Amino acid sequence: MMEVQEAELKVIVFQLKDEEYAIPVQQVRSIEKVQHITRVPRTPHFVKGVINLRGVVTPIIDLRERFGIEAAPFSEQTRIIIVAVDEVEVGFIVDAANDVLDIPAHSIEPTPEVIEAVEVDYIHGVAKIDKRLLILLDLEKVLEKHS
Amino acid sequence: MDMSQYLEVFVDESKEHLQTINEQLLELEKSPDDISIVNEIFRSAHTLKGMSATMGFEDLANLTHKMENVLDGIRNHKITVTPEILDVVFRAVDDLEAMVNSIAEGGDGKRDVEEVVEQLKRIEQGESPVATKTERTTHSSNATLTQTYGEFEYNVLQQSKEQGFFTYEIRVKLRADCLLKAARVFMVFETLNQVGEVIKSNPPAELLEEEQFDQEFIVTVVSKESEDELYRRVMKVSELEEVTVTRFDIDELKGTNEHDISESEVHQQKMEVAATLQKEEKKGKKHEQETSTTHKQTTAVNKTIRVNIERLDILMNLFEELVIDRGRLEQISRELNNPELHETVERMSRISSDLQNIILNMRMVPVETVFNRFPRMVRQLARDLGKKIHLEIIGAETELDRTVIDEIGDPLVHLLRNAIDHGIETPDVRRAKGKPEEGTVKLKAYHSGNHVFIEIEDDGAGINREKVLQKAINKGIISKQNAANLTDKQVYELIFASGFSTADKISDISGRGVGLDVVKSTIESLGGSVTIDSQEGVGSIFSIQLPLTLSIISVMLVEIQDEKYAIPLSSIIETAMIKKEDILHAHNQKVIDFRGKVVPLLFLRDIFEVPVSKEESDTLSVVIVRKGEKMAGLVVDSFIGQQEVVLKSLGNYLTSVFAISGATILGDGQVALIIDCNALIK
Repeated sequence: MMEVQEAELKVIVFQLKDEEYAIPVQQVRSIEKVQHITRVPRTPHFVKGVINLRGVVTPIIDLRERFGIEAAPFSEQTRIIIVAVDEVEVGFIVDAANDVLDIPAHSIEPTPEVIEAVEVDYIHGVAKIDKRLLILLDLEKVLEKHS
Repeated sequence: MDMSQYLEVFVDESKEHLQTINEQLLELEKSPDDISIVNEIFRSAHTLKGMSATMGFEDLANLTHKMENVLDGIRNHKITVTPEILDVVFRAVDDLEAMVNSIAEGGDGKRDVEEVVEQLKRIEQGESPVATKTERTTHSSNATLTQTYGEFEYNVLQQSKEQGFFTYEIRVKLRADCLLKAARVFMVFETLNQVGEVIKSNPPAELLEEEQFDQEFIVTVVSKESEDELYRRVMKVSELEEVTVTRFDIDELKGTNEHDISESEVHQQKMEVAATLQKEEKKGKKHEQETSTTHKQTTAVNKTIRVNIERLDILMNLFEELVIDRGRLEQISRELNNPELHETVERMSRISSDLQNIILNMRMVPVETVFNRFPRMVRQLARDLGKKIHLEIIGAETELDRTVIDEIGDPLVHLLRNAIDHGIETPDVRRAKGKPEEGTVKLKAYHSGNHVFIEIEDDGAGINREKVLQKAINKGIISKQNAANLTDKQVYELIFASGFSTADKISDISGRGVGLDVVKSTIESLGGSVTIDSQEGVGSIFSIQLPLTLSIISVMLVEIQDEKYAIPLSSIIETAMIKKEDILHAHNQKVIDFRGKVVPLLFLRDIFEVPVSKEESDTLSVVIVRKGEKMAGLVVDSFIGQQEVVLKSLGNYLTSVFAISGATILGDGQVALIIDCNALIK
């Protein structure tokens, strides 16, 4: 038996372009395949519209557009990750949902101060596991409306 | 013990009990001599006291206790019911309500109730110089049991006799080896209650229940059956050694028995029985189990459970999914043409449509839940204003969607206050006009088609056309020129205009700035409407029309390029096909001439920035919508048709989307947005 239980964070890992991102599994409701999205006029560009998620109308955010990554057509791997933060439930379009991982708390490091020039506040930290680099997202910041 | 998990139940039940107390107090005011009402109140108060003590809300328990003492005095005829006393009791109930609300909001339920407590005490003492606390008599070692009767019991017996009942004393001796004495006692009481009514027992019922007696007890029973019949019935209970039934005439009792009024507990029980007896006579001898055998609360219990409305929403959502899948199944079954599959799918369809009705009905709540607080309010208002008002409630059982119920309370309060304050005249004015002193306010709810109507009718002064017009002109709501041309109805509508108040003096009751315009806008936001009818000197009727439910609305589905939108039918006047050359230009605005009126055109394709992939045709499909008096023509590509849809919100993330009030899920599982016409028309 281990004397001290190491704190671990269970995350869902998904892919956007070449990078891997992670969000805590507690915030994830489900992972869905892409389905018909109804466009909602006059909303921010990254809001793709709404879908019918088992009877609940759920807004969908294209994370590529939200993060300023160039758009790409949907593929077989494209998924919608439904997350819930506080009372807000939305879906994120991601390139692929890759993995469920346990990240040891000690492997999480704060964001390197300078990543290129753009300062982003929605990155919670970075975790290095083996050779993979996971970017931990702060969903509350991702869902903030200004921008 | 952690009580927090019971808190919700406690709050709900407390509210229910307080509501009962309120209702019954009003009843009591109408018929102060009806002891059964006091008992009803007492029961609720007693339960409330017990619950709050258990939950550790001592202030609540204390105040309830003080109130209980007064009620006790009333039912023991030590205190006579007067409006003043009821005022104090009502105030106590108000305080109790405030406490329960505070608890519900996470507070500690504490409140300064000194004054009310003091008043309650004064009532309690002022009317009954002797402390009414129970002096329990000891029954233990009487070698020979005898039955004595208090004044009250005597009266009950007297009454029963007048109603053709005989009085019997039944002496029952249990066998020495009887194991379940209480059970036997219960069975004896049960048996007797089937043919009559147990008036009194010695030892009293509680002691019997607790098996605190030797082997023998006496019960006094009133019944229409003969001695032999009673004997035969009682003897059917096993483990009895001896039963003697003696018939006696209560007139002989008078004077021989000294009045025993000390056993107040027993005393109270008898009151209940008396009340039950009276009731029974009225109801044609229908038996009620509410007798002295059990001292517990026996109010009619509806078998209901509380369900969080969110769960119902989830149920409904899932069900809609099912309906969509059902549609697909039906399609597949038609294509495959397999009789067995066909049959199964058809069965499923039928069952699911029954299910749909049930689910929709589950969200329906009788308007009673809103109405039941009004009698109390009206009483208070009438007293405050020195008016005499009779509130008549009709159709309280009419059901409405829960969401509508939640919203409709305030507007109704406002309209009722209005009717009482401005409508009903003071008693002397009414007398001078040859009307009965007591004014009547009728609150009536009923279903009609897909709507529920709620009417508030008063037989008061009615609306004075000139006065309204004068006021409207003074306030700049209309111009003098326009005023003359208005119909009576249009004049009445003016009182809904914002910034309007017709009362000469601004009272506390209604007309304090927030006028009837708030009522109108609330009702309209619920998809309803309100109209007034009035006759001067005779009275007014405010009539509210509401949709049965907010969750299902009728819409017109339209197509704009490849996108589908829904327009609520309630805002649509009509649809039209317009030729391109009929479009006129005014101030950079495209307009059409629609039945003699100039109606601006709104191109939804531009407003909603719809990606264009199809060519425009030469004729435009236009949906004419309105907001109040204003109109607009919404230009769409084609009409799909009319449909009933389930209204859904866009969720918490997309909170304020321009001109979109919500969404719905279509038969093919896709989401269609619902257009908010009010936002489009400025």
